[in-house]
Amino acid sequence: MAKATVKVPQPLRPFIGGSPEIVLEGETVGAIVRGLSNAHPALRAHLFTTDGRLKSYVSIFLNESEIRTLQREATPVSDGDVISIVPAIAGGSGANEHARRRAAEPAAPAATPFTADELKRYSRHLLLPEVGVKGQRLLRRAKVLLVGTGGLGAPAALYLAAAGVGEIGLVDFDRVDLSNLQRQVLYTTPDVGRPKLAAAKERLERLNPGVAVVPHEVHLTSANALDVLRPYDVVLDGTDNFPTRYLVNDACVLLGKPNVYGSIYRFEGQVSVFDARHGPCYRCLYPEPPPADLVPSCAEAGVLGVLPGVVGALQATEAVKLLLGIGEPLVGRLLLYDALAMRFRELTLRKDPECALCSPHATQTGLIDYPAFCGVPEPGTEAGGVPEVTPEELRAALDSSEPPLLVDVREAPERSISNIAGSLPIPKGELPERVDELTRARSVVVYCRSGVRSADAARTLLGLGFANVRSLKGGINAWAERVDPSLPTY
Amino acid sequence: MTAVELSEDLVRNLRGFAEGAYPEECCGFLLSTDGDGRAAARCRIVDAEPAPNEAEGERRRRFAIAPGELRAAEERAARRGREVRGFYHSHPDHPARPSQIDQDHAWPWYTYVVLSIGLDGIPGEIGAFELDPSRREFRALPLRVLPRPGPSAPASG
Repeated sequence: MAKATVKVPQPLRPFIGGSPEIVLEGETVGAIVRGLSNAHPALRAHLFTTDGRLKSYVSIFLNESEIRTLQREATPVSDGDVISIVPAIAGGSGANEHARRRAAEPAAPAATPFTADELKRYSRHLLLPEVGVKGQRLLRRAKVLLVGTGGLGAPAALYLAAAGVGEIGLVDFDRVDLSNLQRQVLYTTPDVGRPKLAAAKERLERLNPGVAVVPHEVHLTSANALDVLRPYDVVLDGTDNFPTRYLVNDACVLLGKPNVYGSIYRFEGQVSVFDARHGPCYRCLYPEPPPADLVPSCAEAGVLGVLPGVVGALQATEAVKLLLGIGEPLVGRLLLYDALAMRFRELTLRKDPECALCSPHATQTGLIDYPAFCGVPEPGTEAGGVPEVTPEELRAALDSSEPPLLVDVREAPERSISNIAGSLPIPKGELPERVDELTRARSVVVYCRSGVRSADAARTLLGLGFANVRSLKGGINAWAERVDPSLPTY
Repeated sequence: MTAVELSEDLVRNLRGFAEGAYPEECCGFLLSTDGDGRAAARCRIVDAEPAPNEAEGERRRRFAIAPGELRAAEERAARRGREVRGFYHSHPDHPARPSQIDQDHAWPWYTYVVLSIGLDGIPGEIGAFELDPSRREFRALPLRVLPRPGPSAPASG
C-alpha cells in the first residue's frame, strides 16, 4: 500500500479536525478518498452523491493532474504522491431566472443622451469621476419615494430633485400650516393652507423640470404600503410617528428595498440606512416601539428649525450614494447628531439574529396592524373612544353654575403662547403623581394643543377611576378658532 | 455574523472586471490575509484576482472556475501569505442576489461576492453571501466598503 498526502480545501477542513492535510494509505486515489470520507462521515455529503458517485463539482488531483484525465478513481497511487481535493467553483445568474426576468420586463430603451442644458445643469456632477455621465444616467433612471414631506422630506426632496433623480414619489396628506415654514423649506408663505403635495410638486418641478414628481396623497397603511413602495428603488423615511415608521421599515424589508431613515427630536437627529439584505433593519435596533406617550412629536416637543435640514440632507446624501453605488453606505451604522454640542457620533448596529422580520427565524411574513402594535389610536380617531367636548360645549359648561375643572396638560413653553383662563397646568407626564389635585372636582376637562395628548391624559384619568372626564376636541387651537379668536394658534 | 470588508479601490476594480466582461459574467478569486477567518467578526478582502470564465456554453448567465485555476491561485496566494477566501462573479442584467444555481454550486466557508451589472453595462449593487453549513440557505453578509485611507477618511466608532 502506498502512502499519500491528501490536501483538503478550507471548507472541508472542519470535518477532519481542522488540519489542511492528512496522510493516508491506499492502492488507488478512489480507495484513499473513500477511506477518508468513511472515516469522517460528515465529509461524505460534500464529496459524493447519495448513490455514491463523486460529485461533479469536486475535482481530485493526483499531483498535477486531474484524475478525470488519468484513470479516474482507479488511478494508482505511489508513495509520496499528493492527492488534492479541489472544489469546482461555479454559479451564475441562471438561465431560467434570466429568461423569466427578460420575458417579464420590456427591453430597456436605449439611453437618451443628455441635452446641452442637462449637461450644463449637471456639470458639477459630471466633473466627479465617481458620478460622471454614467452616474447621472443612473440618477435619471432612479425612483425615490419620500414618505412624509415635512421637516425631513422637504430638504431631501429639494436636493434629490436638484440632483436629477428621475422620479420622486411623495407621500403626504397634510396641508401647509404656517407653523411648518420654520423648517419645511419646500413651502413658501403663499402656500399656507394648500395641500402639501400640490405645493411640493409645483416647487420641485420649477426647480428641475426634468424630474417627474408623483404625488401619493394617502395615509400609508398596511393595505396600501406595498403597492405604493414597490415601484421605487430607494425609500426615504421622513415620518413623524412610530406606526408609519415600522410600517415603512417592514414594507422595505419585505420588498427588499433600502430604507434611508432619519428622525429628529428637539436638537438631536439620527440617520441610518436600513437594508436588511446587507445589514440590520429598524426592528433589529428597536424590536418594539416605545410606549406611545414617551416620545412626543415636533408639535409637542418643539424642534430647532435647521435640524431637519441637516438630517434630511444627510438622508438625501445616502439616497444618492445608494443610487450611484458609490462610497460606504450608512448600513449597520447609526449616525447621531447633536446640534447643541455640534457633535456627530456613530454607533455600530448589528443585525439581530432573532429579528422577527429580517432574520432567518423571522416570525412575521407580512404587514401587521401598526397602530395596535405601537399602542396608539388609529389615525383620524385620535380620541380613541375617550369622551370629548367641543369648544362651544366647553364655553357653555364653563359659563354654567357647575363649571368643570379645566386642566392644561401641555408643557410650560406652550402656555406662554396661548392659554384658556382659569385652567390648572399639569403637564401630561406629571398627571399620575398629581392626581390628588383633581379629586375634589365634580368633572374634569383636559386640553392640549390639538386634542391628541389630552385624549391620552383623559384615558389615564379614566383608568385611575375618574368617572367624569372629557377631552377638548381639537385642543386649544380649535378653541382659538371657534370661541376665542384673540388667541393665537400654533 | 461575519462582516465582509473591501476597499473602495477593490470594489472599483471588481466593477471594472464586471464592466469589461459584460454581457458575459466575470469571475475570480477574493484573497485575504485573515488566516482562518471563520471565528473573526470580519473578513477583510485585500485583493481580487480574475479567473477565466470556463462555463461551457452560455457565459452570459453562468460562470465556472476550473479546479486547476483554483489550485494555482491557492498556491500563488500561499506564497504571499494570503489565502483564497472566496470568489466573486457578476450578474449581468440581474440583481446582486445569489441564484438557485449559485446556491447549488456553493461551498460553505467561502465568501461569495456578487455584483450586479446593469442593462447598458453600468455597474450596480454588490452583495456578499455565505452558504449555511446545512446548505439550506445562502445568507447575506454585511458588506462594508472601506474608504481609501488618508486624511479625508471619516473617523469611525
